[in-house]
Amino acid sequence: MKGAVVSGFFSYFTSHFATLGHEFWPLLVGGLATGFIYSMVAIGYTMVYGVLRLINFAHSEVFMSGGFASFFLTKWLVGSGNPSAWQSVLYVVLGVLVGGLAGAAIAALVERTAYRPLRRRKAPKLAYLISAIGASYFLFNLAAKEFGRINFAMSPPFVNHALFQFANAPVEMLDVITLVVGLLMLFGLDRLVSKSKLGRSIRAVAQDAETASLMGVNIDRTIAVTFLLGGFLGGAAGYLFGLKFGVVYTMGFTPALKAFTAAVLGGIGNLRGALIGGLLLGVVESLSVAFVNGAYIDVVSFGVLVLVLLVRPTGILGESLGRAA
Amino acid sequence: MKYLNAPALKRWGSLVALYAIVTVMTGPPGNQSSPTLGFTSSFSESVSFFGLFPAPRGVFFAALFVIIGGGLALYRRTALKSVLSGARTAVAPRYAALTQRKATRGVFYAIVLLVAIVLPHVVTDPFWQSAMVSQIAIYVLLAIGLNVVVGFAGLLDLGFVAFYAIGAYTTAWVTGALPAAAPFHHAINPFWAIPIAIVFVMIAGVVLGLPTLRLRGDYLAIVTLGFGEIVTIFLNNLYGVTGGSTGSNQIPHFSIHLGPLKYLWGLDPVPYYYLTLGFVVVFLVIFSALEHSRVGRSWVAIREDEIAAESVGINPLKYKVIAFAIGAASAGFAGVITGGQSLFINPATFTLSFSINILVLVIFGGMGSIIGVVVGSLIIQTVSMYLIHTPPAGFQNSDLYIYLGALLIAMMIFRPAGIWPSKRRRREIQYVATGEELDQINGTSDVNGETV
Repeated sequence: MKGAVVSGFFSYFTSHFATLGHEFWPLLVGGLATGFIYSMVAIGYTMVYGVLRLINFAHSEVFMSGGFASFFLTKWLVGSGNPSAWQSVLYVVLGVLVGGLAGAAIAALVERTAYRPLRRRKAPKLAYLISAIGASYFLFNLAAKEFGRINFAMSPPFVNHALFQFANAPVEMLDVITLVVGLLMLFGLDRLVSKSKLGRSIRAVAQDAETASLMGVNIDRTIAVTFLLGGFLGGAAGYLFGLKFGVVYTMGFTPALKAFTAAVLGGIGNLRGALIGGLLLGVVESLSVAFVNGAYIDVVSFGVLVLVLLVRPTGILGESLGRAA
Repeated sequence: MKYLNAPALKRWGSLVALYAIVTVMTGPPGNQSSPTLGFTSSFSESVSFFGLFPAPRGVFFAALFVIIGGGLALYRRTALKSVLSGARTAVAPRYAALTQRKATRGVFYAIVLLVAIVLPHVVTDPFWQSAMVSQIAIYVLLAIGLNVVVGFAGLLDLGFVAFYAIGAYTTAWVTGALPAAAPFHHAINPFWAIPIAIVFVMIAGVVLGLPTLRLRGDYLAIVTLGFGEIVTIFLNNLYGVTGGSTGSNQIPHFSIHLGPLKYLWGLDPVPYYYLTLGFVVVFLVIFSALEHSRVGRSWVAIREDEIAAESVGINPLKYKVIAFAIGAASAGFAGVITGGQSLFINPATFTLSFSINILVLVIFGGMGSIIGVVVGSLIIQTVSMYLIHTPPAGFQNSDLYIYLGALLIAMMIFRPAGIWPSKRRRREIQYVATGEELDQINGTSDVNGETV
């Protein structure tokens, strides 16, 4: 009986690995591209968690607002025209900037209205969570009202053709852009947090807010800056996501849940952990297509979240509040 | 009030921000081809107050907020402030003495129950009769269930709708209304689904709770949120078992065949109203008994300080799982009623929005306050149904969700204990007012607002 089950399992996996063999490289490339988006969103969760010890539930709407802002910009810039090469570069840079700025603005607004009054009152943690959910729900439904309830494809600012082959996988322009933008931003943020004076104050607040304030760190401003930085990356990620899948008011929900999983997977509060967690989750999720029905992909990443929380709640690199973040 | 002591710039700044938000929030919708349309016409479209003062929305609301701001400024500067607060301190003890007398409370509950019983004969509008069951009574039931989890035990459950869905689908399953083979040979009455569904959801609560309730509060929130989504994904995709996105539409009505006693619940909502009302009362009695029992006190202890509770011999995991299962039971039961009444169910009903809607009822009424949650649910659901039934100009049903989201933030900022706080919370607030250390109430909080 047991033998039959084991051999059944074995043949299930070998047969699926056979299909995987053919699809492996394309799935890996796709997974890495998605993984970068997850990483960028995960940064927002992890930084806010670092300084406030709370999950910013409204981060999914930060992501969505970045997507919408750059969508409207791109629509206005590209129109029905066919952008030339240098125009494409300009448009992508502008898209990333405007998406990021919109995300940062919304994140700062949420911090100001939903979190700061509670911080003044030293409210219990449950109050933060509830007010964050309220903010998320408010923005989500406001976007639905203002922009409509269908998915809008973004007019492509560049021609998305396969640039080169990686093993047997065609690597498209969009994948390369996602990779370059993601790497640049994550690297830039890492340098900013570990080297600059601003980063030092963020780390100080994450380590011990009270002592930091005694040392002359302006806590309110530091927290606001943290939200701005996390929001910028989240909004830019919204743009990259929108380029691939279009924008819709619900677009933030699933990616944000997964980015949170990525943040926990890598070790919450840890910037490099967010990168590793995001890439790992993107790849795992992408490869799992070979094993489970596509409709259940979200179940896989949810399973990863529960598993990590149960087995190693500190994540791969460990929670490192205040050290790396 | 802190607002009144803030500098002038801040006071007027927040009023202007609130003005912009309210004007856009209540304004007409935009669309994708002109994304700014919703915002601009929120200010330019003309509006009137019951036919009076017709003006563009921007001007109208500006006038409204100038009046509000002026009123607040007047209140701040004049003797009105001391008069009002003097009146409050004079009335408060008498009010408290009145509400705390057992006899008064008994009379109050009796009157409420009587009104509830007579209500369907007074309100004969078919919309309201059906809304009283499916949008008010059921929501009260769900809210008092979620209150056990969020209010008593302090666990933020964002996947509450999953238990409701499991209850409804169990009903469909045992009555043979699903593609999955029914467990009994002949179609049975949904009454039999009640114990089965309650057992099922309690098992689901324990299965979800045992691993996840060890987690910290914020992790629990996101895991339960994921759980709610997972249940919906399965309901949508397991065509052979759940009927996929079309769900089921053949659930039979409730009926009683007990010897000479025969009764069939039909399409008329009123009998369902009484059925639900009866069970609401049962659940209310059970939950208020629980609140003051050993279990209820353990919940409070865990909610206030888990480590301290553990050190006096309370097993936090055990009591959290109990809270989860009991809260789930009422949701499962509500699912049975919904299934038996509406006859058809599909996954589109069981969304995250639903969970959040129930959460709003609990937060608005007052976490941990049973009577508050009941009153809060009645108010919010009645107002929502009123807005849906007789929409003011330019109102769309989906606007409700925007208001509910804003309400969550507003409650957390201005009145975190709800409109009708539980006695325990009221005492806590009084301690704060008399200058007791806040830390003694919320646990020692550091600057991060984290309870250590």
